[in-house]
Amino acid sequence: MYEFAYHRATSLENAASLLASADDGRVLAGGQTLVAAMKLRLAAPSDLVDLRGIPELSGVCRDGDTMIIGAMTTHSAVNASDDLKATIPALAELAGGIGDAMVRNQGTIGGSVANNDPAADYPAALLALGATIRTERRTIAADDFFTGMYETALEPGEMIVSIGFPIPKRAAYVKFPNPASRYALVGVFVADGPAGVRVAVTGAGSGVFRATAFESALSGRFAPEALDGLTVDASELSGDMHASAEYRAHLVGVMARRAVGKSTGA
Amino acid sequence: MSVTLSLEVNGKPVSLEVAPRTLLVDLLRDSLRLTGTHIGCDTAQCGACTVHLDGRAVKSCNVLAVQTAGAKVTTIEGIGSDAALHPMQAAFRDHHGLQCGYCTPGMVMSALDLVARHPAPSRDEIREALDGNICRCTGYHNIVTAIEAGAKAMKA
Ligand SMILES: Cc1cc2nc3c(=O)[nH]c(=O)nc-3n(C[C@H](O)[C@H](O)[C@H](O)COP(=O)(O)OP(=O)(O)OC[C@H]3O[C@@H](n4cnc5c(N)ncnc54)[C@H](O)[C@@H]3O)c2cc1C
Ligand code: FES
Ligand code: FES
Repeated sequence: MYEFAYHRATSLENAASLLASADDGRVLAGGQTLVAAMKLRLAAPSDLVDLRGIPELSGVCRDGDTMIIGAMTTHSAVNASDDLKATIPALAELAGGIGDAMVRNQGTIGGSVANNDPAADYPAALLALGATIRTERRTIAADDFFTGMYETALEPGEMIVSIGFPIPKRAAYVKFPNPASRYALVGVFVADGPAGVRVAVTGAGSGVFRATAFESALSGRFAPEALDGLTVDASELSGDMHASAEYRAHLVGVMARRAVGKSTGA
Repeated sequence: MSVTLSLEVNGKPVSLEVAPRTLLVDLLRDSLRLTGTHIGCDTAQCGACTVHLDGRAVKSCNVLAVQTAGAKVTTIEGIGSDAALHPMQAAFRDHHGLQCGYCTPGMVMSALDLVARHPAPSRDEIREALDGNICRCTGYHNIVTAIEAGAKAMKA
């Protein structure tokens, strides 16, 4: 790992000014992705601004029909939140399936969303639930946020403060985990909420995407059978040593049917 | 360019100069000579380096030492002694939960995090909690049995 300067921010304003005055500053959340990348010299920031000392960035709360999760809330805390289990159990369950216990104790929702790994779990939840990402500058709809592989709408130095999830009528996430990394080989999040039926797919392509043909079919009839005969186009999916594009396309259908069944209790 | 880092390790305050790029596992092993915490993969895969950070299990090879400023860190050395093993350590010995022992400190620290939240875990819950701990020797069966017995002994 290359040398860098470490700063522990005391407030969001303090973090913003530390980032602004750094050559090539990066926010540090749990470090589960960033520290690993720095060890491999895939990332070499001049300065790290640690958000851990800003208590208001952690926690789950309810604002009307929306659940708000602070950026620094760990995957374990999301998984254990009674408020989420009562309102969006699919989200609490998703968090409990990320990586392993130690990764979940240290990794955060803000770090996962900012990183936008094409096989990460949270991006599927944000897209399917129609979440809103709040930064210290503005709010961004999930539809506009995930712009490509490891790419997001965040500007340099912009920080995720919290993420708001409208409470759906029903929702479920099912993933086929890569047996070694436990990232999603394919993961499908299905939600029937205020914005209608939305189906988001992670792991299968260069970034999270919506399966719109599945959404129309499910809007007609919200049942696993509504998806019979529907597939996604394998030519747009990723193929690698873990799974061919055709196999991933097949898994998208299977995971989607299971997720619909799960969310209807079938 | 080093910074002063103060934290609590195994119940004792520690203050020392570290380079920001120092990993927690290197601080523990090299600076504090707490070599019970092992490095297996150095890439956040195997769990041999598991310690508790403010009571929760983390992989110390994937945490910067400076991230633990002001925090409480507990290592395998902090839970028992040669003369008086922690009940979870004793259970690993009694149930043959180790062979070479390389993974064992991490297994024990993960087990203690699990038992703190689930005082009577099922065998399935134990297996799930060990997702991030790899053992190349035992086949896990006796590790699961040891953790089940250790959890019972801790309640006694
Ligand atoms: C062994 C292992 C298995 C894993 N398995 C899975 C899995 O199954 N599914 C899955 O989804 N993920 C998995 N992960 C990734 C894990 O979820 C990470 O915790 C997450 O991707 C990054 O979160 P972090 O808090 O550690 O962020 P960091 O590593 O600290 O940061 C990641 C990136 O986000 C930026 N960032 C962090 N916080 C903010 C913020 N508030 N605003 C703006 N930018 C920010 C950082 O600058 C950095 O670029 C795994 C990781 C490991 C090590
Ligand atoms: S040495 Fe840290 S996880 Fe393997
Ligand atoms: S006992 Fe040898 S690695 Fe587990």
